[in-house]
Amino acid sequence: MSTAVLPGRRRVRLPALLAHDWAGRIGAILVLLVAGVALFGPSFAPHSSTATIGIPGLGPSPGAPLGLDFLGRDVLSRTLDGGRSTLLLGGAATILTYLIGVTVGLAAGNARSLVDPILMRTVDVVLSFPALLVMLLAVTAFGGGRTVLVGAAALVLFPGVARIVRTATSEVATRSYVEAAVARGERAVAIVRREILPNIMAPIVADLGIRFSWSIILIASVNYLGLGLQPPTADWGLMVSENRSIISTNPWAVMAPAVMLALLIVAVNLVGDAYVRQLGRSRSQG
Amino acid sequence: MAIASNTAGLSVGAPVRAAATSAHHPVIGFLARRLAVGLLTLLIASMLIFAATNILPGNAAVVVLGRGATPAVLHHLEVELGINRPIPVRYLSWLGGMLHGNFGHSAVAEAEGRPDSAITVTLGSPLADSAILAGLTALLLIPLTLVLGVLAGLHARRKLDYSISVPALVMSGLPEFVTGTALIFIFFTELNILPPITLLNPGQSPLSNLKAMILPVLTLLAVAVGAGIRQVRAGMIEILQQDFIRFARLNGIPERRVILRYALRNALAPSVQIIAQNLQYLVGGIIIVESVFTYPGIGTYLVNAVTSRDVTEVQAAAVILAALYIVINIIADLIVVFLVPKLRTAMS
Repeated sequence: MSTAVLPGRRRVRLPALLAHDWAGRIGAILVLLVAGVALFGPSFAPHSSTATIGIPGLGPSPGAPLGLDFLGRDVLSRTLDGGRSTLLLGGAATILTYLIGVTVGLAAGNARSLVDPILMRTVDVVLSFPALLVMLLAVTAFGGGRTVLVGAAALVLFPGVARIVRTATSEVATRSYVEAAVARGERAVAIVRREILPNIMAPIVADLGIRFSWSIILIASVNYLGLGLQPPTADWGLMVSENRSIISTNPWAVMAPAVMLALLIVAVNLVGDAYVRQLGRSRSQG
Repeated sequence: MAIASNTAGLSVGAPVRAAATSAHHPVIGFLARRLAVGLLTLLIASMLIFAATNILPGNAAVVVLGRGATPAVLHHLEVELGINRPIPVRYLSWLGGMLHGNFGHSAVAEAEGRPDSAITVTLGSPLADSAILAGLTALLLIPLTLVLGVLAGLHARRKLDYSISVPALVMSGLPEFVTGTALIFIFFTELNILPPITLLNPGQSPLSNLKAMILPVLTLLAVAVGAGIRQVRAGMIEILQQDFIRFARLNGIPERRVILRYALRNALAPSVQIIAQNLQYLVGGIIIVESVFTYPGIGTYLVNAVTSRDVTEVQAAAVILAALYIVINIIADLIVVFLVPKLRTAMS
């Protein structure tokens, strides 16, 4: 695996990726669509997402095409409103995952001291917990605020990134161009930034889609359990659980947020898979 | 089978003595090391769980009782829970208790003055119910993963492959609560043939209400089988491209035999790890699937405990789940080492 993950400085550009890969193309369109709904949807919402406008659990009507939720609020408005938290918290968790993971991986991969084993054993301990259990313990310890959700998801996901970065780094660190930079007397930060990072970008980016979808799933699951974001916040995960009791009278209240979540996750995975395929293709060509 | 042939092969060339050591010692050494690492991980895990449940803003007794509790009641609960002692002492007594099968008392029940709050008692039935759910799923999971994964791999990039791989790709990515909710929508709301929740009387076994178990099991299967199929398929494709498969075919060995004797056998070892990952997944997956169907298992128990801030119950459930996770990992490592002789020598 160690050599296979390092295709060198070859880049996969997004347009090229999408021109050749229909699954990736569908995924990209879906991601843009769902992200568009999540980010700009709230301004198109016909009603306030927290206002009661009719009988709880009422089915679709001209004024409310997706019906009303368990408190009589407009499901369409809440669905348009509930994606932002999903997308932004998931995005924040992914960014934090990579900040921690890349830092730890680089430190461990470059260190010729005790730092490496200490960091990597810490990573092993985190990996020996079921992901959702870590989330629940974090919520028990610090409550279910936004910061805790993002931090806990990053805690669950950074070990994977750290491992990949460490493997790639320790391999690149012995290459002649790195040794040349060391011999020139360049500073460690400059070596990492100019020599190491660009050469380990491909394996780092390859997993981006998976980590992003995992961030979304973990945070949505905690929200679903009622331990994260609290009512009356509109959040897709929370909406699925709070409307469970009216699934027979107005299934849209449950299915609309569930379908949006499903679309987002499948789309992110499709783009991620397409990137990995393209990476393999450009390697076999070159 | 593979072990016997390897030992025989070694003793032909090498001195008997060397062959004996290289065939036995690395395995035992590996086993001992793996167990030691596993125990150490579990110890650290227990510390982290204990720490996480004790960082609670404010005293656990205050959180459980609420801000309005009188000092006398508060003091009583603190003594009952042993919260007035220093943290390391409490950790050690908690750990010691667990080693004797005593998980302490439910903090909330203790606070509300309810009797019969020993966690060892209240956790028994959820644990058994979860074991039934996970066991039933695993029973279907392993053959389904292997058969569908191998089929997809053998028919790679053909119709059968796509009709297996595409649903697998979609299912494996979705959160359990989305899959579970969709299944409830189809089989309860639309078709009305299966119950949306698992209702059991106290002491009733889930096996006596199999109909209510179908949806929870299906949900777990959808996620786990989907993930497993993709990996088994990839492993199968990789092996079919190996030289020994090509040579077996060039030698005129019937295709059926090539697949059964050569390809499948070599695909088995990585599959053990995939199945272990699947079983590990179940440990975490039941937490949320049980909540979706209000299935009375350890997952629901844990979520309820977190919701009500029942510190001692959270600790107990978390330690049990973490222990299961670690044990499955160790067992998988051992099975793989026994299946792949190459790893045994590489390990020493």
